[in-house]
Amino acid sequence: MDWKNIGILIIVAILIVAPLIIFNGHGEDDGYFGGSDDQGGQYIEQNNPNYKVWAAPLWEPPSGEIESLLFCLQAAIGAIIIGFIFGYWYGGKKAKKQQ
Amino acid sequence: MHIMEGYLPPMWCAIWFIISAIVVIYGIMQIKKATAENDDALPLLALSGAFMFILSSLKMPSVSGSCSHPCGNGLGTVFFGPAVTAVLSVIVLLFQAILLAHGGLTTLGANIFSMGIVGPVCGYVVWVALRKMNLSAPISIFFTAFVADLMTYVATSVELALAFPGANMGSTFVAFLGIFALTQIPLAIAEGLLTMVIYNYIQDARPDILVKLGVISEQEAGAN
Repeated sequence: MDWKNIGILIIVAILIVAPLIIFNGHGEDDGYFGGSDDQGGQYIEQNNPNYKVWAAPLWEPPSGEIESLLFCLQAAIGAIIIGFIFGYWYGGKKAKKQQ
Repeated sequence: MHIMEGYLPPMWCAIWFIISAIVVIYGIMQIKKATAENDDALPLLALSGAFMFILSSLKMPSVSGSCSHPCGNGLGTVFFGPAVTAVLSVIVLLFQAILLAHGGLTTLGANIFSMGIVGPVCGYVVWVALRKMNLSAPISIFFTAFVADLMTYVATSVELALAFPGANMGSTFVAFLGIFALTQIPLAIAEGLLTMVIYNYIQDARPDILVKLGVISEQEAGAN
């Protein structure tokens, strides 16, 4: 089963790398690899010039660096929980076998 | 799929808030029931939430040339149903709205509705249908996660088209679909595959919990 999972993960890696190869050389400055959330916001602004954005975020990360820090933190929290639970389950299984 | 802070008129914010609040309250009641009946459900619930936490932090490039992130809402849906997944989505969305300025507090209801309700409900329908057709659990979960992810973005497009219909609501909807859903297709495939991998490990580690929750039958657990 492990090999099957590794195979699936390789496909995922190809899916992620493919766009980077297809649009190689392009970057944020010429409109590539931006977020789709922002594109949605831009579309609203362009087509509804009279709409006033009526609320602003309470706090925004002061720079891209801080933002990536917080995104890492988010992923790390998730990964720690998942790692802990699998460790707990597999450890329990092993202890049961030894009895 | 986040609708940014302030980018939804107050009336629509209120409508999505009310709908989402009802589902989330029902989800909290279901969590209480599931964990009271079954101690083992708690780690599985934490794991489903943590999976959502990780996946929604991964901004991946897509063949459309823009970036978006998967949702991770298929896993919890299969184990606990859509209402519980709505509760899990609240935690993720609050984290991102407060700390990352992704999504917002005014648009929280709308974002819960797309990521925590529409996506999971559509995924759940797919799950039930495929399991009725006797498809194996890992294959069914792939399609569940794929549909739950993609429909989340379709729902966002609907929400925005309703709020900003422009001259023609249909063409506005298609424009938002072009921005959100098209980018999402390869990512939804990636999410389906990742969900399948983690499911495989869960079924390997604790098939007994899955049997108790009615996710798989006892024969399937034994075959592992």
